[in-house]
Amino acid sequence: MKKLLLYPLLILVLVVGGYFLLRRSSGKWAGVDETVVEKFARAAGHPPHRPLIDTEKGDLLLFCFLVAGILGGFVMGYCFHELFPPTTSSLTSKQPEAEPQLESSRP
Amino acid sequence: MKKWILLSVVLIFVCVLPASAMHLSEGILPAPWAAFWFVVAIPFVAWGLRDLRRRSNVTPVFKPMVALIGAAVFVISCMPIPVPTAGSCSHPCGTGLAAILIGPQLTVLVTSVALLLQALFLSHGGLTTLGANITSMGIAGGFVGFGVFHLARKLGSPLWMAAFLAGMLSDWATYATTSFELASALHGSGSFLHMFVAVAVAFTPTQLPLGILEGVVSAGVYCFIVSRRPALLQSLRVVKAEAV
Repeated sequence: MKKLLLYPLLILVLVVGGYFLLRRSSGKWAGVDETVVEKFARAAGHPPHRPLIDTEKGDLLLFCFLVAGILGGFVMGYCFHELFPPTTSSLTSKQPEAEPQLESSRP
Repeated sequence: MKKWILLSVVLIFVCVLPASAMHLSEGILPAPWAAFWFVVAIPFVAWGLRDLRRRSNVTPVFKPMVALIGAAVFVISCMPIPVPTAGSCSHPCGTGLAAILIGPQLTVLVTSVALLLQALFLSHGGLTTLGANITSMGIAGGFVGFGVFHLARKLGSPLWMAAFLAGMLSDWATYATTSFELASALHGSGSFLHMFVAVAVAFTPTQLPLGILEGVVSAGVYCFIVSRRPALLQSLRVVKAEAV
């Protein structure tokens, strides 16, 4: 019980502490692709250009995820038996739950 | 397993903010170099596909397991983590942990899928630089992680330490390879070595602590699996029965 409370509390303290620490910080928190990769690339005359497929336009990214979710869900459902074949062997150590002994309960 | 897959899918859809890190953006590499890194990466991806077919023929539930680890690599390599020592953000890679669990060639495969999705939907990396990014994150990260883990085990290191070293060094190897790719393509008339060192040194304040963090996370996840599902590691042939 103590562990159950301790871990979420620890995570909460870390998240809240980190949040206020980062808010008070004067750092820009730019990614290293900007601070390192782009810096050297620009110096060498090869600045990055816009992505070939630019999804950062309005809700286009959301639409892309919707389409990907629908397609992915359909493919997963269609190939369900191939992905999760009905086999007795399992990768995990968990033993399958015993089937109810219907036959033995009969008179 | 279904719960894990569901959790991974939810995490993928929650994690829609593009991270900014080691992935080389569109247009940074000149065309010949971009093509060269594709030539390097394609045989490894083909090797991974072949390995997936072979191993899933033996164990059919292996395929969803690989998909699950692919989802984990996707999410981990999308997470921008602020590093106070540098005042910038970067992301871990997750390829060290993946390589321990499914092997380096399959790590290349799942990394290529993760990077392709990130380039298509999140503007994270690029399509023209996909080969270079697969080489640094999948090939360098995966093979270094796998090699370090098994070398450490052979030298008698405990499991958690081997997983820690694999996670940490695979992260550093990824960024060292990115430095190599940038320096080899962009050094121009200057010295290759000078530019390689300059890029690697520029990465250091962010990646040094982040690599250690990745090592800790890899060791934590690995020890969790060892304690909860040791048979999973035996069936994946990661460790022998007596080791867990």
